[in-house]
Amino acid sequence: MLARVQLPRAARRGEAIEIRIAIQHPMETGFRFDLMGRPIPKNVVHTLVARYNGEEIFRAEMGSGIAANPYLRFYALAEASGEITFEWVDDAGNRGAERAAISVTG
Amino acid sequence: MRPARRRFVSIVASAAALPWLAGRGAEAAAEALAPLIAKITGGAPVREGRVRLEIPRLADNGHSVPLRVVVDSPMTAYDHVLSITLLSERNPRPLMATFHLGPKCGRPEVATRVRLNGTQRVIAIARLSDGTYWSGTAEVEVTESACLDAT
Repeated sequence: MLARVQLPRAARRGEAIEIRIAIQHPMETGFRFDLMGRPIPKNVVHTLVARYNGEEIFRAEMGSGIAANPYLRFYALAEASGEITFEWVDDAGNRGAERAAISVTG
Repeated sequence: MRPARRRFVSIVASAAALPWLAGRGAEAAAEALAPLIAKITGGAPVREGRVRLEIPRLADNGHSVPLRVVVDSPMTAYDHVLSITLLSERNPRPLMATFHLGPKCGRPEVATRVRLNGTQRVIAIARLSDGTYWSGTAEVEVTESACLDAT
C-alpha cells in the first residue's frame, strides 16, 4: 500500500515534532454495491501503529467513519536520533509499513 | 392563496421550524449514543470540557471532513492523554476512531479526516491518565452526505 509520511528531518531534544501520514486506501464501508449489485465487503485500515526507536508512541484504531485515503496528523516528542516506523493493517489482512529517520540535537 | 404563494409560505414555515427540529434531533441522537459512551468509559462519568474539537461549521461534502482534537493536558509522565475517541451521531457506525496517545507524543493533539452522514454533532471523548473522561462536541452542517447507506 502506498503511503506518504512527512516529518522533520531534524529536531531539538524535547521538541514535539509534527508527523503527518496519508495512506492510499479506499476505506470501503461495506455499505456500497458494485455495478452488478453485489455488496462490496467492508475493508478499512483498522489499525495503525507508530513506533519511535521501537517503542510505541501512537496507535490509531479506525472504522468506516474515517475518510478514504486515511490521513493522520499527530506529534512525537523528539528524544533521540533514530527512526520512526509506521505499520498498518486492513480488514483484508494487507499490511503496509513506512519509516522515516530523524536526527535530534541538543 | 395562489399555489406559488402557498409554496413560499410553506417553505418559510418549514425553515422557521428547522433549527428547533435539528435541536431536537441532536438531543435524541446524543441519548442514542449514551450506551456506546458508557461502553467506552466503562460507566465512568464523562465531563464536558478540556477537549476542543475543531471542525468546519459547514462541510460541502461529507465524504471527507477535516477535524482536529486538542486536549488540555501537559502530556507529562504523570498527567497525559491516554486516548481520544471520535463519535458521530448519525453515521451507521457511530464509533469512527480511537487514538491512543501517551507522554511520548509531546502534544495532546490529533487531526484526521472523517466521513459524516449528514448534519450532526460530532463528539470527542478523551481519557486522561488520572482516569477521568472529558468530552468536546462540535456541530457540523453537511450539505452532501457521505454515501454510507445503501443508496
